[in-house]
Amino acid sequence: MAQAPALPTGFELPLEPRLPRIGSVDQVAVEARATDLSRRSIKREAKLFALDLAVRMMDLTTLEGADTPGKVAALASKAMRPDPSDASIPSVAAVCVYPNLVQTARERVGDSGVKVASVATAFPSGQSPTDLKVAEARRVVELGADEVDMVIDRGAFLAGRYAKVYDEIVQVKEAIGETHLKVILEVGELGTFDNVRRASLLAIAAGADFIKTSTGKLSSSATLPVTLVMLEAIRDVFEETGRRVGMKPAGGIRNAKQAVQTLVLVHETLGLDWLTPDLFRFGASSLLNDVLMQIRKEKTGKYQSPDYFTID
Amino acid sequence: MAELEQRGDRTPAPAKWEYASAPESREIVNLQERYGLFVGGEFIEPRSGEYYRTLDPSSEEPLAEIPQAGAEDVALAVRTARDAFEDGWSAAAPAERAKYLYRIARILQERSREFAVLESLNGGKPIRESRDVDLPLAAAHFFYYAGWADKLEYAFPHRRPKSLGVAGQIIPWNFPLLMLAWKIAPALAAGNTVVLKPAETTPLSALLFCDVLRQAELPPGVVNIITGDGATGAALVKSDVDKIAFTGSTEVGKAIQRELAGTGKKLTLELGGKAANVIFDDAALDQAVEGIVNGIYFNQGHVCCAGSRLLVQESIYEPLIEKLKRRLTTLRVGDPLDKNTDVGAINSRQQLEKIEELVAAGKEEGAEIYQPPCRLPEKGYWFVPTVFTNVAQSYRIAQEEIFGPVLSVLTFRTPDEAIEKANNTPYGLSAGVWTEKGSRILWMAQRLEAGVIWANTYNRFDPASPFGGYKESGFGREGGRHGLEPYLDFDGAEAFGG
Repeated sequence: MAQAPALPTGFELPLEPRLPRIGSVDQVAVEARATDLSRRSIKREAKLFALDLAVRMMDLTTLEGADTPGKVAALASKAMRPDPSDASIPSVAAVCVYPNLVQTARERVGDSGVKVASVATAFPSGQSPTDLKVAEARRVVELGADEVDMVIDRGAFLAGRYAKVYDEIVQVKEAIGETHLKVILEVGELGTFDNVRRASLLAIAAGADFIKTSTGKLSSSATLPVTLVMLEAIRDVFEETGRRVGMKPAGGIRNAKQAVQTLVLVHETLGLDWLTPDLFRFGASSLLNDVLMQIRKEKTGKYQSPDYFTID
Repeated sequence: MAELEQRGDRTPAPAKWEYASAPESREIVNLQERYGLFVGGEFIEPRSGEYYRTLDPSSEEPLAEIPQAGAEDVALAVRTARDAFEDGWSAAAPAERAKYLYRIARILQERSREFAVLESLNGGKPIRESRDVDLPLAAAHFFYYAGWADKLEYAFPHRRPKSLGVAGQIIPWNFPLLMLAWKIAPALAAGNTVVLKPAETTPLSALLFCDVLRQAELPPGVVNIITGDGATGAALVKSDVDKIAFTGSTEVGKAIQRELAGTGKKLTLELGGKAANVIFDDAALDQAVEGIVNGIYFNQGHVCCAGSRLLVQESIYEPLIEKLKRRLTTLRVGDPLDKNTDVGAINSRQQLEKIEELVAAGKEEGAEIYQPPCRLPEKGYWFVPTVFTNVAQSYRIAQEEIFGPVLSVLTFRTPDEAIEKANNTPYGLSAGVWTEKGSRILWMAQRLEAGVIWANTYNRFDPASPFGGYKESGFGREGGRHGLEPYLDFDGAEAFGG
């Protein structure tokens, strides 16, 4: 390609000289496209397919100051067997917890195949010295995390210190080795779609396995347009380098309809290859029960009372 | 995918995810076996005694029998409109006219699903478009011109606007109801009465609209709708009307202009186009691709202002074309009534043949053709969304209006060259500019010879915005305050305060 927008691997310069190669995002048009795709009418077997996929892609999450071993154990049980009354419901992809609860989660999920993801690097703000963040990431892996969800330093990003953001991701990646790295951009603090695109490409260049929208601590998070912008960044990198980077919208996806709309976005932007938990995850705390309810509705034709689905 | 499967611990991606069909129900539309001409508030049998069949272009299934109005029928309709003008409509209080327009707008909104289904059934356009574009815009036009009806003095200060009399209006088949709204709303707001002829292939929404007029209790004869082919249109042009408004092909437009020369009848023409959609290398590429797709595949390319000539700056030619081709593979072509359809049926056999002929010419002239893999229905009129690259300015596909889902791609190096190529056409209806640089948008807009110029978007319409052409794309404006002017006479320049 004459002028590919993605950053090459080994990126270490400040971002500015490279901005022209990164390209830009037109806000009005990207919102219009996301709205168009959200109007796809997904019914019957196509819907069931999407709902089943949504369960398998879910990172069941609890990130509260009040989290206890009991709470996390319950969540882990739910993750392995989301609907005890329906054996055909698969387990979710992972449970996502704070570092102190990694061991509890690890013990509980055992070798069920459900992964343990831990947030790290001074989640959610990222406002700590780099060495502490790197140490924290290393420690959560020692504690048994299969996946690390780190936050970028938005303060540094917004101050134009892109190299610092980049270096931190590189150092965390080195510290955790083969462990799966998801990089949280916290899009609600980045302000523009252009920034979301820049941060996406920067995180990918620094070695992210996944890019993730949000911490879930802000009201503005994984909207369809922002997800689309990140998917397009992933597509550009794939087309330039052949490298497949995963995507995780998190925060704000509360019902099955939103999940299906998001999957349509993935399907029509990146194609079928990304419709796997290896390359796409939903970060959510309250989405699962609505998806389970919709699955049962598709199977039986009736809505059941929320009382039939466990609250964990 | 192959790579994924090799790694043992990975979950393979699914082989397919087909969206289940999601058709909008036809039940809401009640078709009659045979329709009449709507004259004087009643459906009457044509004196010609002739009928033709209108089809569903997606299945070739006949939908209804439609009268073929002859010269006598046309004369009757025009006389009826004249009587209605003289017997009350011209003397009605302007606020009264506004009242009817508001009523029509509201009824259109209330019955929008019914109209959307009918529009897709008879015209072949995807329900998504008739539902989300045609119907909301048609209602918006009536709302907009309702607001002007009692404010004409303010629209044209010191010029003493007054109505013309009877307007003869001939509309095309690409946006049947929306073009009807574009024509009827300003004509009524300006105090005229109307004889309108819908296109031969798409008369049904106009005939259903007659029902809306009755529901709105519009006085009989103020709007008359006559159906038929080109001969009916020719008879209307020759009839005793005060004005002709025509939207359609440049060829017919020229014939109308010759016919009307020297008669004193007013004329507006909205004709063909071969719009340049210009993509600069700093544009937001993924969104530009959406704009290109919307520019040429919207409504199967049956759009006079379609962005049918893509001008791409050479430095981004390859990535842009790659993105565009990839995007085309996700376009869903098929049943117009399916809510997930992006591209519907070609409107008629005749149009399909014209598209096929020009595409064959493009191949012969040496352009490179790309069509995404696509399964078309067996019955009906269909054409796969097509991109021609390697197109020279001299090729027919770069010069002639195809009026179908066919894009011709050319390149340019500098803004000056973009302007030169964009303007190098007999047409001048619309153009698009894609760049992140605001100053360049203004620079381009000043130099492009086109009535409508979109910046970082395409095919966006609003009743407040005037629409119309340069050069062989016609003259006169529809929409906005400008759209009232062709339906009014003025006492000439008045003294200040006069």
